[in-house]
Amino acid sequence: MAELKRPTTKAEFEANFAQLKPLMNSTEAYYESSRCLFCYDAPCVNACPTGIDIPLFIRQIHTGDLNGAAKTIYDSNWLGHACGKVCPTEVLCEGACVFNHQHIKPIEIGRLQSMATAQVISSNKKLYQCAPDNGKKVAVVGAGPAGLSVACELRLLGYTVDVYEAKEKPSGLTVYGVAPYKITNEEALEEVEYLQKQFGFTITCNSPVDSEVLKGFETDYDAVFLGIGLGNTWLPEIPGIDLPQVTGATEFVEKLRMQHAATTIPSDVVVIGGGNTAMDAASESARMGAENVTLAYRRAKHEMGAYPFEYDLAKDVGVKGLFNVQPIAIRGVDKVEGVELVRTEVVDGRVHPIEGSGFFVPCEMVILATGQVKQIEFLGEIEGLDLEHNGCIKVNAAYQTSNPHYFAAGDAVNGGAEVVNAVAEGKVAAHGIHQYITEA
Amino acid sequence: MADLSVNFAGIKAPNPFWLASGPPTNSGYQVMKAFEAGWGGAVWKTLGVPVINVSSRYGGVNYRNARLAGFNNIELITDRPLADNLREIEEVKKYFPDHAVIASLMVETKEEWRQIIRDVENAGSDGIELNFGCPHGMCERGMGSAVGQEPAVLKTIVEWVMEYAKIPVVVKLTPNITDITVPALAAVAGGADSISLINTLKSIVGVDLDALAPYPVVDGRGTNGGYCGPAVKPVALNMVRECAQHPGVNVPISGIGGIETWRDAAEHILLGASTVQICTAVMHFGFGIIRELIPGLERYMDEKGFATMNDMVGKALPNAVEWKMLNLKHQVIANIDADKCIGCQLCYTACEDGAHQAIALPGSDTRVPTIIEENCVGCNLCSLICPVEECITMEKVDDGTQHETWEDRTLACTIPTTFDDERAGGREHYVPAPTDAFKKK
Repeated sequence: MAELKRPTTKAEFEANFAQLKPLMNSTEAYYESSRCLFCYDAPCVNACPTGIDIPLFIRQIHTGDLNGAAKTIYDSNWLGHACGKVCPTEVLCEGACVFNHQHIKPIEIGRLQSMATAQVISSNKKLYQCAPDNGKKVAVVGAGPAGLSVACELRLLGYTVDVYEAKEKPSGLTVYGVAPYKITNEEALEEVEYLQKQFGFTITCNSPVDSEVLKGFETDYDAVFLGIGLGNTWLPEIPGIDLPQVTGATEFVEKLRMQHAATTIPSDVVVIGGGNTAMDAASESARMGAENVTLAYRRAKHEMGAYPFEYDLAKDVGVKGLFNVQPIAIRGVDKVEGVELVRTEVVDGRVHPIEGSGFFVPCEMVILATGQVKQIEFLGEIEGLDLEHNGCIKVNAAYQTSNPHYFAAGDAVNGGAEVVNAVAEGKVAAHGIHQYITEA
Repeated sequence: MADLSVNFAGIKAPNPFWLASGPPTNSGYQVMKAFEAGWGGAVWKTLGVPVINVSSRYGGVNYRNARLAGFNNIELITDRPLADNLREIEEVKKYFPDHAVIASLMVETKEEWRQIIRDVENAGSDGIELNFGCPHGMCERGMGSAVGQEPAVLKTIVEWVMEYAKIPVVVKLTPNITDITVPALAAVAGGADSISLINTLKSIVGVDLDALAPYPVVDGRGTNGGYCGPAVKPVALNMVRECAQHPGVNVPISGIGGIETWRDAAEHILLGASTVQICTAVMHFGFGIIRELIPGLERYMDEKGFATMNDMVGKALPNAVEWKMLNLKHQVIANIDADKCIGCQLCYTACEDGAHQAIALPGSDTRVPTIIEENCVGCNLCSLICPVEECITMEKVDDGTQHETWEDRTLACTIPTTFDDERAGGREHYVPAPTDAFKKK
């Protein structure tokens, strides 16, 4: 029997996917905020990629000034609510809290942050006044964290901003890629709606941008921002990879986020990979009721890219780790019957399969969390836009690409990081765009 | 085991922990429950002239996560019929003959005092406490603190009471006065057997920022109340000490004000209180706190070798001196234990902005600040704000051989006398140039 019963109703689904960081009530926030020491040169602020003045907003929560607290948060981070819920706070602000050195539970910064921002979102509190229209226009490609951050910041400066999103909903990975127990679709979308109402940028969904559209943008807009993220999961060329029950982790999470309880999962699942996405996919499989979820990683446990707390989360719901193994084939005729794995060893930092060590793990589904591809083909069509050798977009300190009309930030630039990193980069990029346009 | 029993100006009780006059002593039910729980005495909620109370009577001061660091009330004396109270006093004494039941009284005319003293004596009270302290409502009618603030009137009323009372009399003093020893001396001059202090401090506990009215708000309006609870202990301790040290106030003192734990009680006792009275802490946590108070005080007394209450009362008084008697040669300097430091740097910013710029930030490899010893005046601030126990300690750096007080120097004619006197303190102390303020981030 698995740790969690297979959910058959919406209520059971929600119970299995209960929020890891549920909203605080006002009493809990009062007590939790009272614990903050108001450190000088606070380590939590230094650990936050967006540099939110955390001790200040916690003090504001404690004095009952939730609007002020929310303003402090949004001043630094346009997705303050989402970040409070999805940030790996354990390794960022909360990991830096000085209480850790005293073996005292760190302040629950993430939950305090979401609490304050939830209050302004639900009351639709207007916190900002945009500058008068400056007659300049910027196109933002991709309504993910980077693009939304750019849009808010530029609207504040008086730009007209049009955001184009290929998918059905805005938010990018916050709604499509983050594990559902970190943030609900509603929470993610309500924050975007709140920002859109307040700042007045447009978002056109279901609107993929190709090179021809971009050509139009180049003449219609004073600058273009690329917040396009990464592409689909990279799939290794092994036999059986085309079988129907083989899926990329990003695609699997997206399906789960969009279809929720309507998604079904077989009883035996193998997840390939050792990053945070692999942990999410494994944990989600178990929460969907899979009885045997095996996480197969080609290196040792301590070499996993995933944060330790993410692996702990997966283990908590019954996921079993299998290390130093890699898939050589997926077996099955019309459907997956199992994975052929081979043991590996690391020599001089490189993974080598050990001859004759192959073994078979029966399963009905294989999820590959083997990284996402870069959108090299699309980017290659933009004139003068250079890429790094790993396929990331090359930018300067202002997040301007080698084609000066184009700016970029987020996963497409950093190769895949947290929501908070994309938001932080977007803010810098917006000021780069502002400087580019005003100095032109 | 230390003997906690007391004989307070002739009022005997199994221990010094008495309920102060107030809501917890409003009824025989409450007092019996308290005695059952272990309390040694109770000062009944003040009996006297008829009153009507308002609804919405208390206000609180919270500090960070602590509820009721301070508390205030606009409740008046008892609004229950005198006959009911007298009957209940009699019943309590029947069940608890060895516990102290003291009737707190507040009336106006001499005849009223005569009558009510006779009534409470007939009911079996062990003593009488005169409420000359209530700073709200009753004072507007010429009673309570209105009496406590007029030493001559206070003395006259005490004289009336002493004329009639056959049982010991305690005079309860208001702190709403410049020099507490003045009404204390008036009480003694009037013949009082003992005094108790402090009553509540006249206060506005807060303002409702929406209703624009003081708390507690009564239908859109508020009034000043009486402040009590942990916040007032420092005021009470000093006033108890001032009365205990005054040679003219040679009567037993019942200490009141901010007592919640055995430590608070011990402090009152060491500064001269021979019993203590508690109200707010009971209103907050119930009678059950007596389970901590008694064994806590017993353990402390055993540790210090105080066999009886008399051995302990006033033992800190010889060391509570005037400023001019303090040793100017004593020198302490802050020391930060780097292993305990959690790097909050509150000491840095406190010293930098609020004291003597004697703490430096470290380099980038650590967050542990360092003490600039030549700047440290030994003020204690950093050690007080440090959130880690025993992380910042104040280390004695003088060799202990020298002792010189301001009084010594006055007698030796070596005190500084002019504004820029070479002999004044702080002359070598480093202070940054005003414009250095711009260099800090």
